[in-house]
Amino acid sequence: MKDNEYVLLKGNEAIAHAAIRCGCDGFFGYPITPQSEILETLSLLKPWETTGMVVLQAESEVAAINMLYGGGGSGKRVMTTSSSPGVALMQEGMSYMAVCEIPALIVNVQRGGPGLGTIQPSQSDYLQATVGGGNGDYQTIVLAPASVQEMADFVDLAFQLAFRWRNPAMILSDGVIGQMMEKVVLPPQRPRRTEEEIARECPWAVNGHGVGRRKPNIMTSLELDPAIMEERNLRLQEKYLRIRQSEVRCETYLCDDADIVLTAFGSVARICKEAVGNLRRQGVKAGLLRPITLWPFPEKEIAALAGRARAIMVAEMNAGQMVRDVRAAVEGRTPVHFYGRMGGMVPSPQEIEDQVKLHLKEINLI
Amino acid sequence: MTREDILQPQNLVYSKPRLMNDTGMHYCPGCSHGVVHKLIAEIIDEMHLQEKTIGICPVGCAVFAYRYLDVDWLEAAHGRAPAVATACKRLWPDRLVFTYQGDGDLACIGACETIHALNRGEKITVIFINNAIYGMTGGQMAPTTPLGMKTSTCPYGRQAELHGYPLNITDMAATLPGTAYVSRQSVHSVAAINKTKRALRHAFENAMSGKGSNLVEVLSTCSAGWKKTPVEANRWMEENIFKLYRLGDLKDQ
Repeated sequence: MKDNEYVLLKGNEAIAHAAIRCGCDGFFGYPITPQSEILETLSLLKPWETTGMVVLQAESEVAAINMLYGGGGSGKRVMTTSSSPGVALMQEGMSYMAVCEIPALIVNVQRGGPGLGTIQPSQSDYLQATVGGGNGDYQTIVLAPASVQEMADFVDLAFQLAFRWRNPAMILSDGVIGQMMEKVVLPPQRPRRTEEEIARECPWAVNGHGVGRRKPNIMTSLELDPAIMEERNLRLQEKYLRIRQSEVRCETYLCDDADIVLTAFGSVARICKEAVGNLRRQGVKAGLLRPITLWPFPEKEIAALAGRARAIMVAEMNAGQMVRDVRAAVEGRTPVHFYGRMGGMVPSPQEIEDQVKLHLKEINLI
Repeated sequence: MTREDILQPQNLVYSKPRLMNDTGMHYCPGCSHGVVHKLIAEIIDEMHLQEKTIGICPVGCAVFAYRYLDVDWLEAAHGRAPAVATACKRLWPDRLVFTYQGDGDLACIGACETIHALNRGEKITVIFINNAIYGMTGGQMAPTTPLGMKTSTCPYGRQAELHGYPLNITDMAATLPGTAYVSRQSVHSVAAINKTKRALRHAFENAMSGKGSNLVEVLSTCSAGWKKTPVEANRWMEENIFKLYRLGDLKDQ
């Protein structure tokens, strides 16, 4: 397919094409529904014959994330994709990567939990992704795509953020976006970086390059001296603060005059956008704030709206996870309502509209 | 003859390997790790591979291996070194990539990664230090602990009914089509050290020429964990461990 041309792809397929085109060096994954098309598409496209990208089916998600630890630690652009139970297995590795400041991309095409749960779409890994599912104080940069186009675009964006901040980055998608087909423009093919380019961009990388003329590069999460470990932790926290100050991304839709602002991410944000359009046609002043980065979270943007809107309603496909961050940002200035469906039950725009009307009736706005 | 007269270049028969860092070692007296570290440092230098080496250290006593050898190191999570090494070698095919793992790390928590990396024929060398116990955490039972051996978690001796059987993972590895070279050595005598060096060098050469995966097990002593003097530990290993784990090359393709 040519550059700048619309193609019809599943969200999962778009991830695979975008990975090759943005110069990804290696993909390491393990099959799990609803994201197996990513490894399948890559295996079919055989990028090792064109760009030289490595594609490897690992023996487990645990192995896959540790392959990212090695690949990212050696300065290469590496990624894995999985779904909720598989991503749960990767949390240990992500904690190690965070403290060693190893850049890499992890894609979670979420399904319902807990446990094996269901293969249907869900958003119930929000807390795991944004708070950190592994041990220790660490953060992962989290992007939430709401379209197939964003599935493609966020691959390169996530790599850029991961390398800019030397931090693991995650695309937190779900089975809706992974499985649905939409037209999408793929990024142009870029070459993979040469060894010299990697040496310039990643002087910290463990790959032998230049050792002897420089001190060896050593990556370890172990530090037995608590004072040094605290210093290391504080330095990480300082980095996280800078990420919070500079990398927040969100989309606002008809929020300026809204009586009620819906807040949702990913596939549910699309449903809410449809609901907002329907409500506006009925004369209801509804708006939508869609966090694109779930961490760092758009606290300031939400706080600003809280001063203006009469109510905020958070809609999620879980038992109420992002609503905690919204409430923390609002600090009690506006009532924050929650509407959730769980484990594969995707809400309809009508359900969202009914909930909005209910809350506006409570404050006599309709 | 004074000390200065003796310390002449022509009289030197031994020196510290160039790639061994000048730093105090945390290993206990009588431990085998230091000897194996020295051999690796010598071989990397002899093969002129300092700039091409990526070492992967384990969790266990050798977690600090990166302090001692002057090459780039990644410290892996417990058991995951072969997965880390897989990615490094696939992404940097001209590098010497090796893991350095103990028996708890390699044969227990990391058994899955060990077997799959070896069987995929990853062009790496897995160096397996087998002292039959968990050394760092204080001498608990390992998958390699012989029946009857007392450890802190089998204080009355390992019993098959209670604890299962010792796992001979190196013999298993020799049956895998992906392995090119599988060898079991020890470092309890000068002759054994020389043989281990030959085995490690052969494994590194195989990995660099793309011949498949390589596993070199080194039967090792743990005086502190075994509660024996270094001399007793060597003798005990010869009498008990060598019976269970046969020394020599198990496979060389």
